[in-house]
Amino acid sequence: MGSTVFKGGVHPDYRKEITASLAVTKMKLPSKVVIPLQQHIGAPCEPLEGIEVGAEVKTGQRIAESSSFVSAPIHASISGKITEIGLYNHPLGRPVQAVTIESDGQDQWVDGLKPAGDLSSLTSQEIRKAVQEAGIVGLGGATFPAHVKLSPPKEKPIDVVIINGAECEPYLTADHRVMLEKTEKIVFGLKIMMKALGAEKGIIGIEDNKADAIQAMEQAIAEEDAISINRLHTKYPQGAEKMLILVTTGRKVPSGGLPMDVGVVNHNVGTAVAVCDAIREGKPLIERVVTVTGEGVNTPANLLIRVGTLVSDVLETCGGLKEETRKLIIGGPMMGLAQSNADLPVIKGTSGILALTDDDVYLAESSPCIRCAKCVTACPVQLVPTDIAQAAEHGLFKKAEKLHALDCFECGCCAYVCPSKIPLTQLIRIAKAEIVKAKKR
Amino acid sequence: MEMDKKLVVSSSPHIRSIDSVQSVMTDVLIALFPVALMAVLLFGYQALLTMAISVVTAMLVEALWLKKRDIFSDRSAAVTGLLFAMVLPPAAPWWLVVIGSAMAIIIGKQVFGGIGYNIFNPALVGRAIVVVSWGSHMVGTVWSTPEPFAFGADIAAVTTATPLAGEAQAQAVTLAQLFVGNVAGCLGETSAFALLVGAAWLFYKGHIDWRIPVGFIGTVFVLGALLGGGFYENHLLTGFFHVLAGGVMLGALFMATDLVTSPVTPVGKLIFGIGCGLITILIRLWGTMPEGVTFAILIMNALTPIIDNFTVPKQFGGVKKSA
Repeated sequence: MGSTVFKGGVHPDYRKEITASLAVTKMKLPSKVVIPLQQHIGAPCEPLEGIEVGAEVKTGQRIAESSSFVSAPIHASISGKITEIGLYNHPLGRPVQAVTIESDGQDQWVDGLKPAGDLSSLTSQEIRKAVQEAGIVGLGGATFPAHVKLSPPKEKPIDVVIINGAECEPYLTADHRVMLEKTEKIVFGLKIMMKALGAEKGIIGIEDNKADAIQAMEQAIAEEDAISINRLHTKYPQGAEKMLILVTTGRKVPSGGLPMDVGVVNHNVGTAVAVCDAIREGKPLIERVVTVTGEGVNTPANLLIRVGTLVSDVLETCGGLKEETRKLIIGGPMMGLAQSNADLPVIKGTSGILALTDDDVYLAESSPCIRCAKCVTACPVQLVPTDIAQAAEHGLFKKAEKLHALDCFECGCCAYVCPSKIPLTQLIRIAKAEIVKAKKR
Repeated sequence: MEMDKKLVVSSSPHIRSIDSVQSVMTDVLIALFPVALMAVLLFGYQALLTMAISVVTAMLVEALWLKKRDIFSDRSAAVTGLLFAMVLPPAAPWWLVVIGSAMAIIIGKQVFGGIGYNIFNPALVGRAIVVVSWGSHMVGTVWSTPEPFAFGADIAAVTTATPLAGEAQAQAVTLAQLFVGNVAGCLGETSAFALLVGAAWLFYKGHIDWRIPVGFIGTVFVLGALLGGGFYENHLLTGFFHVLAGGVMLGALFMATDLVTSPVTPVGKLIFGIGCGLITILIRLWGTMPEGVTFAILIMNALTPIIDNFTVPKQFGGVKKSA
């Protein structure tokens, strides 16, 4: 067991009480879905043969894939007719190729989905294949293809699989509900992944502000000797990969390195459930739990939503937005992406739809840095954010690089604590982009 | 969607803490309240007057300089004004208070570009200017003897030297007296007790870090104990004397911790504090002046950018140090 806390971090107003006690409900099938062909980190998918305007597809049918290993196939999330293939708004900002399907209202599932086999007899190879075919990506938001994480190179043996149930982003409760309602599936998903990786240990990390989830998970693993629950101190960004690994195992992922460098693979609780479904039922990833919340939403909820459902339709289900809504965010308030409108689809990595009002949105101008060092104290990777931001502001990107700008994972703690309200995270993001650009040249 | 026009798109994070420059400065003022109260209890109305003149001057001069009507602004001028009063003799002449406070704002802060850009602690710049210009009012036996609970007493009538002036003066006070503050000295520096109470608020609010005060006070204690003369029966007591007498507590808790003019890195803060303590002792023991806190901090202020540059922390999972 590792240290109980990581250095830095902040304690924002969590506001999870808005939706924490609301059980997940299935959103009614949308009349159409828009399914982007890129919903993961890696190579974009190409439509399969026969996937064209006018074609009929069934729920769960594979519609796009890539020959690249670091990619995840895409499946139809409803049955119906393809009406359009073209560029569409995407949560990441830039429009991407997307397949629009008009629902036939039947939700007819594709034939031939079947269990991958018995846990005891499955090989690593078979597990990876099933996970890949189900199009599973990291559901915590990073959307890294899950089968890639299950295929580490030989020289990087994995002994620990960590399931991330920290859910440290304020407002979001999707993972919390999944832990309460799909407890057994998470444990099964974890066991599958441990088997695929040959890992002897499984750890489920949960922040201590979710006592009921900890209790439920503890009951579920009572018979499992290889799996333990790690009660995490509630502090943002506890769910960040490097912080979670440090706190649960005492291991430090090296700067610029990956969890597998210290023998660890991390997966979100939602991913574990998706892996369970893929193995047990052969079910591809076509839906996920999304928290729809914030002071701007009339009826907040935790919804099970088909991938490709338009955010505007989701908001309608939740009674629409209040007049005083000022920001519409995909994800949480610390790392989520603000949107200019709701005409964009829910994708595999969408954990939350958040509407903030005038009261929550800070729009005042920034004032000069008073060198209070609150950003230095808050940075979980021990950077000096104010100096990197200042370098970025002056175009001194070499200096920013020397100050380890690339180690920043944009958690937002620095900008959150800044009394001068300097957009530190944004400036560091600019520095990172410029440093990467210069390296490519 | 009608909503579209009203949606703001900006970079994450989308929520901010409630701390602002104004709230931080307000907290400093709150932290100085026990110190100010103790000054009035010890030195009466003249201390109150000195503080009032200094604060009002600082706020007015800053508002005039910035051509702003809001004299309260971010409250940093009030902080500078109050801190400047804290390092004056309790019954300093009014014109000296006005000139020093104005200099603190103009030379100490605004000529560098205002808040956030000044290199030196503005209040100490003000003090350095009046010490050098009107030494007869700032050095020697100008220090009023405290008249506890005598609000209306004319404290300017009876003056003396501070306990740091020499062996005789040091032996005339007890450590308990120094802790409570019932000794001659600057308006805000005499009571270690009041200073600790005030600083506790800043620690609680997370505005100051332990490294600067601990580095400063620890160094003064250790060096004071080892080198600080023999007017107490043992070295430990001499160490305590050096910590409690003069401006070390005020300097370590409220001046050296000034945000703008001290390092931002954890190691840098410790080095800064140790440096302040070292220079203070050097001046006290071998300098021409009895007290060295002001110049110790000003010298370390000048070194702050360099200290920050050489103490960039090792990043999470980083292997080798680089600056």
